[in-house]
Parts: sequence; structure tokens; C-alpha cells
Amino acid sequence: MNGATSPSGLPPSEPARPRGLLARLHLDLPLLTGLLLLSGFGLVVLYSASGQDMHQVERQIIRLLIAFGVLFALAQVPAQSLQRWSPWLYLAGILMLVAVLAMGVVGKGAQRWLDLGFMRFQPSELVKLATPMMIAWHLSKHRLPPDWKELLTSLALIGLPVFLIARQPDLGTAILVASSGLFVLFLAGVSWRLIGGLLFTAAAAAPVLWHFMRDYQRQRVLTFLNPESDPLGAGYHIIQSKIAIGSGGIYGKGWLNGTQSQLEFLPERHTDFIFAVLGEEFGLVGAIVLLLLSLFVIFRGLQIAGQAQDSYSRLLGGALILVYFVYLFVNTGMVSGLLPVVGVPLPLVSYGGTSLVTLMAGFGILMSIHTHRKLLPR
Amino acid sequence: MKGRELKDYRRESRLFIRRALAAALLVLLALSAILARLFYLQVMRHDHFTTLAHDNRVKLLPLPPTRGLIYDRSGRLLAYNRPSFNLEIVPEKAGNLKQTIERLSRVIPILDSDRERFERLRRQRRRFDSIPVKLGISSREAALFAVNQHKFPGVSIRARLTRTYPLGAPLAHVVGYVGRISRKDLQRIDPSNYAGTTHVGKTGIERAYESVLHGHVGYQQVEVNAQGKTVRVLKEIPPQPGRTLILNLDSSLQQVALDAFGDHNGAAVAIDPRNGAVLALVSKPGFDPNLFVDGISSRDYRSLRNDPNKPLFNRALKGVYPPGSTVKPFMGLAGLELGVITTSTKLNCRGYFQLPGREHKYRDWKKVGHGITDLDKAITQSCDVFFYRLAHQTGIDRLQSFLANFRFGEHTGIDLVGERRGIRPSREWKRKRYHQIWFPGETVIIGIGQGSFQATPLQLAAATAALANGGHYYEPRLVRELVDEASGKHTPVPTVEHPIPVGDPANWKAIQQAMLHVVEGAHGTARRIRTPRYRIAGKTGTAQVFSVAQDAEYKENEVSKQMRDHALFIAYAPVEAPRIAVAVVVEHGGHGGSAAAPIARKIMDAWLIHQGHLPRLSGEKQ
Repeated sequence: MNGATSPSGLPPSEPARPRGLLARLHLDLPLLTGLLLLSGFGLVVLYSASGQDMHQVERQIIRLLIAFGVLFALAQVPAQSLQRWSPWLYLAGILMLVAVLAMGVVGKGAQRWLDLGFMRFQPSELVKLATPMMIAWHLSKHRLPPDWKELLTSLALIGLPVFLIARQPDLGTAILVASSGLFVLFLAGVSWRLIGGLLFTAAAAAPVLWHFMRDYQRQRVLTFLNPESDPLGAGYHIIQSKIAIGSGGIYGKGWLNGTQSQLEFLPERHTDFIFAVLGEEFGLVGAIVLLLLSLFVIFRGLQIAGQAQDSYSRLLGGALILVYFVYLFVNTGMVSGLLPVVGVPLPLVSYGGTSLVTLMAGFGILMSIHTHRKLLPR
Repeated sequence: MKGRELKDYRRESRLFIRRALAAALLVLLALSAILARLFYLQVMRHDHFTTLAHDNRVKLLPLPPTRGLIYDRSGRLLAYNRPSFNLEIVPEKAGNLKQTIERLSRVIPILDSDRERFERLRRQRRRFDSIPVKLGISSREAALFAVNQHKFPGVSIRARLTRTYPLGAPLAHVVGYVGRISRKDLQRIDPSNYAGTTHVGKTGIERAYESVLHGHVGYQQVEVNAQGKTVRVLKEIPPQPGRTLILNLDSSLQQVALDAFGDHNGAAVAIDPRNGAVLALVSKPGFDPNLFVDGISSRDYRSLRNDPNKPLFNRALKGVYPPGSTVKPFMGLAGLELGVITTSTKLNCRGYFQLPGREHKYRDWKKVGHGITDLDKAITQSCDVFFYRLAHQTGIDRLQSFLANFRFGEHTGIDLVGERRGIRPSREWKRKRYHQIWFPGETVIIGIGQGSFQATPLQLAAATAALANGGHYYEPRLVRELVDEASGKHTPVPTVEHPIPVGDPANWKAIQQAMLHVVEGAHGTARRIRTPRYRIAGKTGTAQVFSVAQDAEYKENEVSKQMRDHALFIAYAPVEAPRIAVAVVVEHGGHGGSAAAPIARKIMDAWLIHQGHLPRLSGEKQ
């Protein structure tokens, strides 16, 4: 990133200039701007996707406020504190996952929630943060790149929560958790040969994975391969979503004018498939705007990670921003028929709360990493 | 120590930045793939998906046209559409039909006959047709169902127009009836034009004028949502209602004719000789056509089918009877026109006829014979021997080709479906039918309308009309005009004439005169129907149902009714300016003069006197 190759090899540090209000609040202006623009755009699309239901938009605004509150709160916590808490958070997450499997609340055919009496809590959301924290903590204790022993323990540390989440079953979250941990390993400098080997092993394990899949998961894969085989059943989502996007054209049908979304041909139009509403009503142009805003957020996140002063912050920050990318890629890929249907929402745009809060918490950590740097001598 | 850490730090930082750059590259690549996919969907396949989106939301709903009404010539309504409410099921949407009906019956009483009709209609329906479970439900039942509707997917109350025939049985064989469209019907209709239509004409005028009565389907282009609910109407092409028919037929004359039969079965056809207009067309007994509209129950149908009187059989159109002596005027005309005889040709009738050199005796109905007989006497008293000889002398070839002029053995061309042509015997016909040669003896009995000769009452009436008007054979027409109710435009149904070549009008006059003597003459076989009000020309006939053995005698009161002869009578009146020609067949009625002629008289009285169609005649009566 910019300044990455400064002659000293040190991470670039800001010149000693007066710190602004935002910096004192431990907020990063570019990242915050990107997130606000994305959320604003998301609300506009959501109003249309909810069938012009202002009530839903208001609830989403409240969720966004809570999420930004969590962001702000975490931005105040120095990364060193997080580093210390990492193993305990991870442990707590694993225990709760076990608890969910043992006595969780069943909803939509899966066991994901833990009833705490006053609220329902989804431990897998905590694990989304705790896993990359744990791996970053584990690897940053030693020299980088990690040796094969650290690699194996890391894989085991990733595998445990992924297995527990996949058992719920929640394929989307399992993928996100796995990718968050694997990104830490990737950023830590695991050799390309090992990465290649891992990818090969994963491909070879696919048939084994198939064996362990639930029927509905297998169906999703089959439907992805040939959606027209079941146009009124499982393939319906993909077919209708492709029709919505394709009929949007370059400039779209106009806000609130999407026939696929307004006449409810598009299922789950305000949650997982909201990107199709965007594609239908705002066209290719609207989709490019969303992708560019997201790209800006991702690159700013990577830059922050690159400028971080210790391995833990770097690895955690990089992994968290790449998880955001996975959200974006899996969702848009699924809605446009490029990837199979996995329940992953479009970050900051889809209606819904839990994953929004987790994501914002991640961005809060990034801001904390950026704004708690010590000024190092040049 | 510190130096090494610093070195590690630098190295690790560089390593991380390399990896972060690789990750950035991965991000760019992945998002480019998404972008490429969007470009493919939104730019390259845009038209394809636009079409699909359009097909998704825009549906065409057919708007069925209203069926045209049918009136008789004096404006009496014969067929109309009565609004009613039916409880209907679309089987494709209802799931388990048996359970659905079982549960429905707890809300609205459903009779066994309703279930049975439903099952029957279900077997012959089109896909996604809505089938009635219960017809004509009351508003109370409708309300009861409406409350429970959510429990019955695929079941709904539909406002329908039910075809109704207010006069019922007397016109069943003329107007016919409509029934639900069956798979078989689909072969003769354009399915797209019948998209919203449930019924189609099955018999009678309803069938023959189906395309006129039905009209043209309209369409509503509507926007629907994913649940199939109409959100708004985009475009509407209204249906073109069917045209109203006005018949030539007079329903009160029809009723008179029917009543005139008393307890007898048979058929009567009355035609206006000036244009072929069918004034009455009776086949007795009739049936209630309303039973068929929404599917007749199998019990009702069985009883109609097994009724020995065959009420479903249209005798006027499809009943083929040996015409008997009623063909004698036509035979006489053939003899005159072909030059075989003249009006003064005489013969001594001794009660039988023998072919030269043969023993077999062809008997006259009058055992002792008629004595010296000319053509006029032969027709008036119905001498068989005269016509045996005439037929023999004319020969079958010339005879049958002359009879073809009067369309015996041909379709009359009436505007109904399913008329029979009867049989006009010829060498060719026999070769085709039996692969046998023609025997001269067959020609002899053809002369008196027996043997293989067969004609329908309709054919006899149309031929009589042509005889009455001096050679203008008009195709019988039931429908006078079509009325477009929207524009008020009347379109007359054209008359079609098959002119008969006239050799010498005097020959026709002679035959007409002889037929007049049948009624007016002192020895005429129909003299008992003579009336001072107007003059009738006619000819009696008797069709053998079972043949009497040679030398045996047929005694009417000795044979059971089923074996008794059919009584026939053809007539027209008034002789000076014919307004009505009638053919009557009374099954097992015995003699034409006693059984059939009075019926014809009643029909002619009703038409000419009671309905005032008797023309004012200039000059004095002859």
C-alpha cells in the first residue's frame, strides 16, 4: 500500500500533527465514510425491497445505530487488550457452541441460538471474531512465517468451531469462520506451496464433505449446478434472482419500479437476495457503485492492517477486512448465480441484525488498530 | 536481542505487506468476476431476462363471450343465459379431491348425484378446467362457503351463465342443447377462442350455428404478483358476444303439431314452399334439453337411452322410413316428364301386376283392383298396379335420376348437423352396398315407395314443397336471420335453391291436380280432412313395417301395435298459392289417410287460419 516501501522498512507513521476530533474518538474518517455511504445506499434499497415498508426501514436504522455503537465502543479498546482476551473469548465461544448443540433453540431447521432468557444469542457470531483473534494471538507469539507445527495447531483451532457450526447446521457461517481463520494463516505468510497443498486437499476432500452434507445442502449444490432442473422448487430463488438482475439492464428499472421485486417474484428480496433488487432497480451502474464503495472499504481496511505496528494487529485487521470481502463475494456470487446458494447476507445492506453487529465490531477493531498506534521514531 | 527483534519486525512487516497485496489482487479478481457476471446478465442477456420478467408478471386472462340468444319467428325466447352461482373445483389446485369434497359436504350439502356428475365431468374435462360440484347454490350456501373458503384451496364460487331452454322438450330436437366442452369437442373448436368458455353446442341449432352463437373470446392483460393475484389491468380486449338467432320456426305451430300426434310417436315437418323456411320440425317424443347443460345424471341418461320410444332420436332428421305411396306423385311426374305415360294413359287394374313371363304377383292394396285407371285416379285412389307398371316401363336408371331432382337419397341441406340421406335405390347403390346386380322386380316395388327406398320426413316435406311451387327445391332453413345485438345489424340467412328442370308445366299441374283430388275428390284417400276454408293437395302413404307373405292378408287390428304400418301423409295448401308444405309420419299409425292426414290438417289450420297466413285469393275457387 502507499508508503509500504519506505526506506527504513518501518511501517509509515503519521507525522506529528494535531489530532482531530475523529482521531480522538479513535475513528477513521475514510473507513467511516465508506461504511456510512454503504449503509445509506443499503437503506434506500431496503425501502424498495421491503415493499416500501417504512417500519422495516426504521428497525434497520435502529440496528445500524446499535451496530455503529458497537463499532465505536470497540474502537476505544486498544488492540493489546483484545490480544490478551483472545484465548478466553475463543474458549467462551467454543463452550457456547457446544451448549447450542446441546440445548439450543431450533429455528428454520437448524440449531443456532442460545436462549439467555432475556434475549437470544447466536454464539457463532462471537466465534466469527474470536477465531481470527485466536489464530492471530497464537501465531504472533512466535516468529512469522509460522512453522508447520504452528500451522497444524492453527488448523485444529479453526477446524473445531467450523465443525461445531457446520453441525448446527449453518454452512454460510461455517464458511465465514473458516475463511477468517485461514486468512490469518495466509497473511502470516504460510508458504504458497503449503497453500497449494491445502487447496488440493480441500478439493480431494469435497466428496467426503458431500457425504457429510444434509439433504438440503446437497440439494443446494445440485440446484446451483442446474437451477432449471427444479424451477418451482429449489431452483426458483436463483432463476428469479437472475431474471431480476438481467432485466435490470445497464441503468435499471428505477427505484421502486422493479417488477420482480415489487410483485414478489423474488424470494427473500429484503434479506439474502437484496442485491438482486439493487441490480433490477439500479442496473449495472448501481451494482458498480456498490462494488466500488465496498472495494474502497476493503482497500482502506488492508491499508490500515498494513500500517499496524504489531503482528497481532496486522493479522487480525487483515483477516477481518477479508471476511467482509468474503461476505460480499459469496452473497453477490450467489445472487447472480455464480456460486451456490449459501445463507450469507449482503453486508450492511441486507435486512437483519446479528451479522451486522459482528461486522461493525470488526470494523471497530480495525479503527482501534489504526488509532491506537504509538508514534514511533522514524 | 533488540536488533534481532527489530529485524524480525521489518521482515514480518514486509512479508505481511506482500501478502496483503496478494489479497488485494485476489479481491480485485473476485470482484471483477462478479462484475463480468453482472455484465453478462445485464447487458448481454438483458433482452432474454426482460422477456422472462415480462412473462412473469403479465398474464392473459380470457374473457369468454356471452352466447347468442335464440328466438322463434314471433319473438319467443327459445334459449337464453341464466345467471347462476356454482360451487366449483379446479382439481389441479385442490389436492386430494375425495377429502376436499368430503369436507365440503359438511359445509354445504352435496348430493350423491352432485358427486356423480362431478366425477363424470372430471373425466372428460380439459386441464385446469373448473368443474362444478354443486350447481345453482343459494345465497345462504354461498355465504356459508365464503366463511370457510380459506380451508378449501382450489374451490370457489363462480358466477356462471347457465344456458336455459324455457320451452324445453317440444324444441329439443330443433334447438338442441349445449354441454360442457369435452376432449372430443376440442377437435372441432379452436381452443384459443374457447379459452374461457365452458360449454359448446352439442346438437341441433346450438351445434350447427356454434360459431355464430359463440362469438369471439376477449382478453384481459393483467399484471399479477407471485401469488397470481391481479395487481392491475394493463389492457383489455372485450369479447365479441355471439349473435342472436331468429328462427323461421314458429314455436306455437311446433306445439300444435306435437299435440296433434296425441299418443302416437312420429315426426312432422312443415316448410314454406316459397323459400324453404322450416315452420315446424317435430320429432315425438322429445326430451328436456336442460338436463344436458351441466351434464345429465347417468340414471336420467339411462332411462332416456333405454326408453323404447327413443326420445333422443330425431325422427324428422334421422328417421328413415319407406315413403310408401307418398312417392306416387313424384313417380307420376317422372312418367309424364320422361314421356313414358301421358295424362290419358289408362290401365285396367285387376288387383295385381306381373312381370312379363313371371309368375310372381305384385299385389295392389285393394284386392279386387281399381278397374280402368288413369294417372289422376291412380294418385287419388292410390292404385299400386298403375305405378308398378309405370316404374317397370321407366326403368330404374331413369327413375332414380329423376328422383334425384327432389333430392331423395341426398342431404336436403338443412341447417342442422346429422341429417340422414335415406336411400334412393339404384344399380350403383346396390352394387356398392350389397355387391349384387339389380333385379327388375325391385324396380316394380320402388314404384310404390317400398323395397329399399327410404326417406326422412324432412326429405318428404322439402320434396313436397318443391312439387307445390313448381320445381323450386329450396334447402330447408331453420334460421331466418342473425342479429348482432351490439350494432343491431340483421343478417338474413341466404336461401339456397336447387332448381328442378321443368319439361312441361302442364305435367306438374296434372300432378298437383291429382293431389288435390286426394283430398277433395269423392274417392280421395284423404277426403276426410277436406275443409271449406282452403284447398289442400296431398298424398297418403303407408309404410310396411313387416312384410305380408304372398297371398296372406294384412289385417290391421290383428297385428300388435309394434308391427303395425307407419302412416304417412304429405300435403300443401292452399293449392292456388302454397304457403305451407307438410310431411307427417305416424309410427305404427296404420293408414296415412286416417292417422297422418288429420295431423297435417291441424298443422295447416293452425298456420293458415289461426295464424292468418292464408293468402287472399283473387278470382273464384275452382
